Amino acid sequence: MRPVSYSRAFDVGTAVGAVSADPESTFLAGGTTQIDLLRIYVEQPRRLIDINDLPLNRVEELPDGGLRLGGLARMSDVAEAPELVRRYPMVAESLLLGASPQLRNMATIAGNLLQRVRCGYFRDTEAACNKRVPGSGCSALDGINRGHAVLGTSDNCIATHPSDLAVALVALDAVVQTEGPGGARSIPIDDFFLLPGQTPEREHPLAHGELVTGIDLPPAPVAATSRYIKIRDRESYEFALASVAVAIAVDGGRITEVRLALGGVATKPWRARAAERELDGAPATTESFTRAAAAELAPAVSHGMNAFKIELARRTIVRALEQMTQREVAA
Amino acid sequence: MVSFVMRGCESVKSYEALRTAPNPDHAVVRGPGEVEVRLQVNGESRTTNIEPRVSLLDALRDRLDLTGTKKGCNQGACGACTVWVDGRRVLACLTLAITCENREVTTIEGLSDGDTLHPMQQAFLDCDAFQCGYCTPGQILSAVALLTEGHAGDDTEIREWMSGNICRCAAYPHIRAAIRRVRDGGGGGDAAS
Repeated sequence: MRPVSYSRAFDVGTAVGAVSADPESTFLAGGTTQIDLLRIYVEQPRRLIDINDLPLNRVEELPDGGLRLGGLARMSDVAEAPELVRRYPMVAESLLLGASPQLRNMATIAGNLLQRVRCGYFRDTEAACNKRVPGSGCSALDGINRGHAVLGTSDNCIATHPSDLAVALVALDAVVQTEGPGGARSIPIDDFFLLPGQTPEREHPLAHGELVTGIDLPPAPVAATSRYIKIRDRESYEFALASVAVAIAVDGGRITEVRLALGGVATKPWRARAAERELDGAPATTESFTRAAAAELAPAVSHGMNAFKIELARRTIVRALEQMTQREVAA
Repeated sequence: MVSFVMRGCESVKSYEALRTAPNPDHAVVRGPGEVEVRLQVNGESRTTNIEPRVSLLDALRDRLDLTGTKKGCNQGACGACTVWVDGRRVLACLTLAITCENREVTTIEGLSDGDTLHPMQQAFLDCDAFQCGYCTPGQILSAVALLTEGHAGDDTEIREWMSGNICRCAAYPHIRAAIRRVRDGGGGGDAAS
């Protein structure tokens, strides 16, 4: 790790001012991704502003009936917040299926959204990586790419977005609240995660020094019936090969409302809008689910080792929808 | 908030008070060279001169002679370096020591009451819950936290909530037996399951 200087901030303004004034400064919160990346020289700031004392660690009710998750709230605390578990179970599940208990005690909600990709070439400073060194190429395109994305890729980057939480959040149309050098703003989560395109080094629209202060979950009665299903190489403490966040309402055998998002298979947390269009108003049958899954994965592109993910994602969608709509039958 | 009872530590209330009364000096820029860092470890105040980039793990092992905390992967994948900060289990390898000022750190050395082992330490001995022993300090600190958190209801739950501690000797069945023994009050508990 490169030598760094360190200071603590006790209010948001000071923290934002300190980082935005210095291109080589960065925020330090839970550190679970960042310290690792500092140690392997993938990130090399010269100054850390410790923001762990900022008062942004609560889960609060919003006037419109939604919930605000503080940017510095820890994954473990948010996962156990009673109102979150009751109103947005898929969010709580996505948190508990991520990382390990120790990491969940450390990692923050904002840091979870901003975590960097797990691509081995991004982490290897000897390898070509357009995300780490723009213009250097992408070693993953014909390399070890079993874990890589099949949706939202470009010729410049196929790294999978690693967050579970973010998958549930895009299904809910969450809103990211930030405070930056230009003041406060609200960013719809769809606009928060950027596709790699020609600029894979740019993962989000935040300015340098702009701080994620919270995530707003809009009221969504359908989310009370929701789940997060995660398929991976081992049953715990592992990133997703494919995952599905689903919230659904069925009336008289027909789907009246559905929210669907995919993780583990795309370069950003993937709202499955093509599948949602297929499902809207359709009978809640395996046939409908299969058709919706096929529609969503139609544009998928594999790069060799990750070809299995296309079928895996289809099956995971179908399984999630079956489990949500046929629970009475199964029980 | 969950409250934690820890031997050799001041009460939750007192370190919450420490945390909410920031020392104005901390707002100044420190480093990148060595700076004086004051840590509260196992109820004792310890001072060491380290660079801000030094992890809690390295500070404990190399500066404070507390080598019970083990360095396995040093990248947050194995759990060997598990310690408690403010009563919560965390990974010392991904924590910078300087960020722990005003927080209470507990290591495996702080778990026993003098020569009297913590019940979980005794249960690990009784249940033969380790082979090489390298992951054991982390396993034990995780196991005690697991019971405090209330995540040891059955073996499935224990497995899931202990998954952050890898054991390459695969002593997992005996580790679960030790946890069951303490959960159930110290008696019984088959060694294997």
